[in-house]
Amino acid sequence: MLEIAALVIGLLLPLVLQDYLTVYATRVLILCLFALSFDLVWGYAGIMSFGQAVFFGSAGYGVALLARDLGITSILLVLPAGLLIGFAFALLLGGFLLLGRHPASVIFVALGTLTGSYACDRLARGWYYLGGQNGIPSIPPMTIGSYELTEGPAYYYMAIGFLIVVYLLCRFLMRSQFGLALAGLRENEQRIAFFGYKVQHLKAIIFSLSGAIAGLAGSLYAFHEGFVWPNMLGVVISTQVVLYVLFGGSGTLIGAVIGTVVIEAVSFWLSNSYQDIWPIILGVLLLLVILFRPAGLVSLLLTERERVGNFGRSPGKR
Amino acid sequence: MALLEAKGLVKIFGKLTALNGADLTIADNEFHGLIGPNGSGKSTLMKCIAGAETPTQGTVTFGGHDITQASPAERACAGMSLKFQITSVLPALTLYDNILLALQAQTSLLNLALSRTRGVLHDKVMAMLEKFRLVDRAHEPASALSHGQQQWLEIAMALAPEPKLLLLDEPTGGMSLEERRVTGELLQPIKAHCSLVIVEHDLDFIRDICDRLTVLDQGQILQTGSVQHVQSCPKVQEVYLRRA
Repeated sequence: MLEIAALVIGLLLPLVLQDYLTVYATRVLILCLFALSFDLVWGYAGIMSFGQAVFFGSAGYGVALLARDLGITSILLVLPAGLLIGFAFALLLGGFLLLGRHPASVIFVALGTLTGSYACDRLARGWYYLGGQNGIPSIPPMTIGSYELTEGPAYYYMAIGFLIVVYLLCRFLMRSQFGLALAGLRENEQRIAFFGYKVQHLKAIIFSLSGAIAGLAGSLYAFHEGFVWPNMLGVVISTQVVLYVLFGGSGTLIGAVIGTVVIEAVSFWLSNSYQDIWPIILGVLLLLVILFRPAGLVSLLLTERERVGNFGRSPGKR
Repeated sequence: MALLEAKGLVKIFGKLTALNGADLTIADNEFHGLIGPNGSGKSTLMKCIAGAETPTQGTVTFGGHDITQASPAERACAGMSLKFQITSVLPALTLYDNILLALQAQTSLLNLALSRTRGVLHDKVMAMLEKFRLVDRAHEPASALSHGQQQWLEIAMALAPEPKLLLLDEPTGGMSLEERRVTGELLQPIKAHCSLVIVEHDLDFIRDICDRLTVLDQGQILQTGSVQHVQSCPKVQEVYLRRA
């Protein structure tokens, strides 16, 4: 019900919003996609990735370079490329951090990914080919045949289309028996290893999948904004996505979407109304929700049972 | 050929020698009890067999294969199953999902993603819940169960994949007398297809269900043999039974 309501609102929004707000809303939708990628690893699999921006930013830079240096802007090439770049970086980082003989601790993975994010940010700032501090400006628009997709309602509907497809795929996967295995991984990794699960494989798969989704989001973001810059790889956006998910409710896909939309909408409103102190107000608000509603905003709307979900058939059926 | 053979197991943690040359042999369909005073090495021996700890020295063979260096997952695939000393059901998941999680462990990742075995395993899940008198609560989260019922659920999870060897570390810990009696009843029928190694402090429970006993003291095997033989051994009475 909640998901259908969100979908209807999302589809109707450009009809009532002014153009500049549609552009803002498109950015928020892309960030929702990015938040889903983090929710998969943390909310569903219990892997704390504090470096999700590595996959988001590297894909953004990758497609920006394709457009700038090779003139490749076709949606059929740049989005799969972004997806692959995110996937490859996640596989690389995940392989290093998660695939040891002994299970890596949450702190090790959190600090490892955070360090990776910081290192990529510094690397981009210092690398002339990547534009240094200024990043890569003036990325040409993404194209579908000869049609140029620029910011506005068309880009909005494309972004929401990708969000819906990715959301449904994640929903299918998280409610499958694979989702149950991930729930086991999150709840008690050692226990499921003793059942015979190859927990390292499960981790590598979900981490790479999450990287691919972050990569897709990063490439959409790069073409939407028209430029990429080192912050896209850095600690700030890596932390921001953690807040989106915690605020909305980790371990639920709709929670990640709600968290992103509410934080971005409140930030937008506060920054217009209280230009000097809005970050402080936002910070206090986030703190209050996380302290008093640890399961996030979604816990106001769904019971714990609904949030965790069932994976088998209804026990009554025989 | 024995189903499980542990030879000369030594496990050293820093300056502590938890196991000092322990041997254990388990035959097919044998129920074998491990007893000994606290700190005698029972749980460490169990962990070395299950793969939770790698022995400093010695070998473990299972079904004729050396599994000393095998991971817990590899041992599980070979037919070994463990119930931990501390109950470790997955509290947020329903009882149904806890059993399904145990049953589907050998399913390929592709089949898991496509939920191909969900229908096939449904009847097995329900049968296992019924056997352990938990079927009426199948849809409740495991956290809603009493401690004794959580122990049953975990034994059911360990038994669900139909292992060749079941390792139970203090399965009746914290149970009432009635729950202990029922646990014994629930375990007896598995003898037809499964061997059991059980660490337990309740000697009456051990006497009732085990064929053979091994007594550990200070990381070494003090005595091993039939229950009657071990019970009548003066050394065992001296070291363990009197203390108990």
